Amino acid sequence: MTATAPSTLPLEPHDDGLSGDDVVKLGHVTKTFGERAILDDIDLTIRRGEFVALLGASGSGKTTLLRILASLDHANSGDLHVAPGRSVVFQDARLLPFQRVWRNVRLGLARGSISRADIDAALGEVGLEGKGGRWPKTLSGGEAQRVALARALVREPRLLLLDEPFAALDALTRIKMHELVLRLWRRHDPAVLFITHDVDEAVLLADRILVLKDGKFVVDLDVTEPREARRTWAGLLEIRRQLLAELGVVH
Amino acid sequence: MMSSAQVVGTTLERLPVSSEGAESRVRWYSPRNVIRALLPLAALLSWHVLSSTGVIQPQYFPSPVTVFEALVELGRSGELGQAVPASLARAGTGLAIGIAIGIVFGVLNGLSRGFEEVFDSSFQIVRQVPFIAMVPLFIIWFGIDESFKIVIITLACIFPVYINTYSGVRNVDPKLVETGRVFGLSRFQSVRQIILPAALPAVLVGVRYSMGVSLLALIVAEQVNTENGIGHIIFVATGALRIDIITGAILIYAVLGVLVDITMRFFERRLLPWK
Repeated sequence: MTATAPSTLPLEPHDDGLSGDDVVKLGHVTKTFGERAILDDIDLTIRRGEFVALLGASGSGKTTLLRILASLDHANSGDLHVAPGRSVVFQDARLLPFQRVWRNVRLGLARGSISRADIDAALGEVGLEGKGGRWPKTLSGGEAQRVALARALVREPRLLLLDEPFAALDALTRIKMHELVLRLWRRHDPAVLFITHDVDEAVLLADRILVLKDGKFVVDLDVTEPREARRTWAGLLEIRRQLLAELGVVH
Repeated sequence: MMSSAQVVGTTLERLPVSSEGAESRVRWYSPRNVIRALLPLAALLSWHVLSSTGVIQPQYFPSPVTVFEALVELGRSGELGQAVPASLARAGTGLAIGIAIGIVFGVLNGLSRGFEEVFDSSFQIVRQVPFIAMVPLFIIWFGIDESFKIVIITLACIFPVYINTYSGVRNVDPKLVETGRVFGLSRFQSVRQIILPAALPAVLVGVRYSMGVSLLALIVAEQVNTENGIGHIIFVATGALRIDIITGAILIYAVLGVLVDITMRFFERRLLPWK
């Protein structure tokens, strides 16, 4: 027997078994820490190009889910299928301080696979024209996070995992970053799983909002209102109230 | 009727302004460096004054002028020109070998639990033994020639580099390593592209420390059967009770120490431009 069948590690995400339009397909996924089920028998399908916001209180397991999808952690049981080509932007930019900005964008890519011009173009796309030669130390928090976005997108991922990427930024920078993320999403068309604990951010950005509570999804809501109209949308208050209630903030 | 400012009664405090933070190049004669040189120069001056007024008696401690003359004499006779390179070569060889061993084991033990379990405890035990205590044994093992001197300097230089490299590798931010994994770096790539560069500042701290220690070990090593080197000059001068030459040689060690510091600053600036 020359070619053994690819061993499918049941608890690691793999990409077979995905139908053409799905980038994530999870069935009965459970993850426990000690006695506590962080993820309790969850199912989740994310379609190509979908923008999904995942809300949850601290410790609700949303970051655990992201880490499992990014292959940084393993589920204890369940059936996991995820498209290859995943990128992550973390809450902190996590740039290598000893590499110039453009080298940070190239992290993990072979020298010949991407030109300096491509990297500069990617930096231009996030509003950092001409800053490829800077050291990360000289960047502001917002700029560093833009580099992290460029680094994630330059490899054209099919699934972009965002783990509260703007939580540490000031309110004004955040608004700019929201615009930027939507623009990049439209242009590159990855599916996005955007983890946040900010209800307004979720409602403004996403096609679909999930709320994770006690290890289960308690809300799975499609937002159909066009994004441009959402700030003044009458239904906004109702959705907001509903989500905050599910998060246990209001009753 | 009082104006509102008087009613509140607050006197505004004038805040100072400062040009600090405005870019200015540091030159050798810039105020900071002048201040640094102040105390050593003052010490030299008071040494001279106390010697020439007879407070310090020349049979216990020579005047700076005598010491300077002794150094000139050593220079003229060619002894100095032979001794300094000989000593530097000795210290440099031991230092280079010590740094290499320290870095190799520091990296391996920092990266691998297995290596660490085998080697680290032994390193920690040997580290606690003052290298000077090993001199009699080393004389028996290596004789009293050059190899003995290199070994003693090497031994002294290993541990500062080892300890700093080890902790540098161990304390690399795990989030950076994780980021490498997300973007598809293999273990080898992660070591080369993330762990080693991130540990470099700590390694350089160890190297700087070892350079100082190498001079210390040099002095000890050169007290034993030396035919050249600064230690040899001191040895001969001791026999002849030439305290001016002894003091001059000690000053040379001090100057070498300063040069070590300047060298390391240079390397740190070149190797860590991102700092």
